[in-house]
Amino acid sequence: MARPEDATTEADAPTIIEISPADVRRVRTSAEPGLAKRRKADKLLSVRGLSTHFFTPDGVVHAVDDVSFDVDYGETLGLVGESGCGKSVSALSIARLVPNPPGRIVAGEIIFDGIDVLKLNDEDMRGLRGKEIGFIFQDPLTSLNPTLTIGYQIAEPIRQHMTLSQKAAIDRVVELLSKVGIPRAKDRLNDYPHQFSGGMRQRVMIAIALSCDPTLILADEPTTALDVTIQAQILELIQKLSDEFSTAVLLITHDLGIAAGMCDRVSVMYAGRIVETGTVDELFANPRMPYAWGLLDSLPRLDDVRGDRLRTIEGMPPLLIEPPDACRFEPRCRFSRDICREREPDLTPRENPLHQARCWATEPDGWIA
Amino acid sequence: MTASHSRPQDAPAADRSDLVEAEDLKIHFPIRAGIFKTEVGTVKAVDGISFQIRRGETLGMVGESGCGKSTTGRALIRLREPTAGTVRFDGVDLGSLERDKLREMRRRMQIIFQDPYGSLDPRMTVGSIIAEPIDTHHLAKGAARKERIADLLRIVGLDPQYVNRYPHEFSGGQRQRIGVARALAVEPEFIVCDEPISALDVSIQAQVLNLLTDLRGQLGLTYLFIAHDLSVVKHISDRVAVMYLGKIVEIGPPDSTYAAPGHPYTRALLSAVPVPDPESERRRKRVVLQGDVPSPVDPPDGCRFHTRCWLYERLDKPAECRTVDPLLRTLQGEQEVACHFAEKALETDVGVAHIGHVPVRHGTPEAALASIRPGDGGVAAVAQTVGIEETSIDPSGSTSIPA
Repeated sequence: MARPEDATTEADAPTIIEISPADVRRVRTSAEPGLAKRRKADKLLSVRGLSTHFFTPDGVVHAVDDVSFDVDYGETLGLVGESGCGKSVSALSIARLVPNPPGRIVAGEIIFDGIDVLKLNDEDMRGLRGKEIGFIFQDPLTSLNPTLTIGYQIAEPIRQHMTLSQKAAIDRVVELLSKVGIPRAKDRLNDYPHQFSGGMRQRVMIAIALSCDPTLILADEPTTALDVTIQAQILELIQKLSDEFSTAVLLITHDLGIAAGMCDRVSVMYAGRIVETGTVDELFANPRMPYAWGLLDSLPRLDDVRGDRLRTIEGMPPLLIEPPDACRFEPRCRFSRDICREREPDLTPRENPLHQARCWATEPDGWIA
Repeated sequence: MTASHSRPQDAPAADRSDLVEAEDLKIHFPIRAGIFKTEVGTVKAVDGISFQIRRGETLGMVGESGCGKSTTGRALIRLREPTAGTVRFDGVDLGSLERDKLREMRRRMQIIFQDPYGSLDPRMTVGSIIAEPIDTHHLAKGAARKERIADLLRIVGLDPQYVNRYPHEFSGGQRQRIGVARALAVEPEFIVCDEPISALDVSIQAQVLNLLTDLRGQLGLTYLFIAHDLSVVKHISDRVAVMYLGKIVEIGPPDSTYAAPGHPYTRALLSAVPVPDPESERRRKRVVLQGDVPSPVDPPDGCRFHTRCWLYERLDKPAECRTVDPLLRTLQGEQEVACHFAEKALETDVGVAHIGHVPVRHGTPEAALASIRPGDGGVAAVAQTVGIEETSIDPSGSTSIPA
């Protein structure tokens, strides 16, 4: 099938962007004018003791269990973990989009920009979604409505949340489309999602997410469905635009490489819990939790010697129905001792107070201190 | 598992002959339209590629979706009829074989699919899934058949008691093990692994990758390992072929292909792979290819990559790239590249800048390994994993092959 846009894309776009290392890594200070303008509270997002459970015929699934984290203004926080660890449900909970039934937020507090999200009525919540919080999901084909033009879909949140004349709204849509790198944006407003390739659709999603100048973007596996060169394009775009607009990003990914390249701080989730959290450098250079070790060990890397066996994490994650009061990683852990089966460790600070881990062994008086 | 044919590790090293040979392989799909279904064009999924896979070798094949890597894999074992060109297996042209002979030959080649959910019949038990190829090829009956199924389950690290369970009772990683057991049931020599770990979680990927590595050593298998993940391919392959739009653009041992890639596309791919090391992520010099892969219906003239090529831009758009389709040529040693200006690509550090700084693997710290005390509280855990440091005790301790 010929995709008409392919030819135009190549003709219009410059062939390469080279990014020097200095550009790739932004150094952010809270004194930046863009950030200072946005700041209304101490932290942009503060999640405390969040528990989201799913009430299924088989029992209550503790998908997210007593999870706490913060996202600062303009910061990129990564939530990393494998399928079913609760990272996506955490993000959905923040936006109050957990399907109910079967899911329900049973405990916790979510303060976004000084607002107690869980106390908002539905109308105020709608005012937050799409305006202050933008979304980028994994699969742009199912997240976009196939029967509406992309121009209409990008304009929708603008019409909902901003008081702009029709002409001003159209201008804004065109501006957004060019910002996300869609060539000849004006001519493409009346195209439908199927006329775009996967990477282009994800750009449209990003345009929608940014349409009302949000303070936070929830990006749930934004590049998982894409090829590696397209993934690189989209990641650069998210990084560039979140910088330009001083937008904070909560990036949910299973890919440690993406987390290493994109995030300021990273939290690792396992079986509904945050098991380790720290700055990206600290977490990758000095992980303090056997699950994080296992994840890093099990990745084949470009510097591997051929035929090496990878150290793996044996077994599978536990079912989250009635989890016992014990370390949830213990059944798969090579370093466990009796205490790990008797009581669950807390998330406690390590040498660097910003670095926290949930592990008896690496506590200051533990056996792998 | 009784070896019914000589295994390559028995053969002297000099006898590492080619097991699979593809010559000028082309696979085109017609596009039909209108009420008369007239042909309006062709998708040139694979457009003239030649390569060999030696006995006991693993050839990795990487490329983005739609580059033709899976179609190539299927053509090698004749699941797809090539439009042109030949595939020889052990010296025999598969296109020349009658049906019966082809079926006989098929016993020696198998495939493992990407999707462990879609590739197993949900209404068949694990035992009957694995037995199917055994029955088709009349390999065993009665008690011997049962024994063989149990053996196969043990080989892939599953408990033989699971024989009467259904696929939905297993996790993704376990299902992929079932797929591997089914492929091994006919004692093949050659296995096409088509993205075998792409649908799995990171920690499970490593388990399946280790299983495939172990089996290769124990059974002397030859693999075509198709994947989009360059690090996985580097990990398992003896040689790597990079495909773009139906062509092989570079092929060679991973040491040279990854350290000194000659094709600008290989370099762009390498620069796009995220590395789990914030330090190298910061150092890297990324080339972000603009736009999408052109349509294989109407590939660009000349070099197919020139429309997205960063080197073409740098060299001020030489006419040669637009007009002459570059052939694979030897660059250095065994490394072959299809680029007119491969030598120029070698002069740059694009895609390899972050490799110069050798990233340190920060995984399990030494102190932690030292803390494992035999007979300690976590007896079970320690017993299971004690082999990890040395070599090859499988989680279930069952990778050994009954003689």
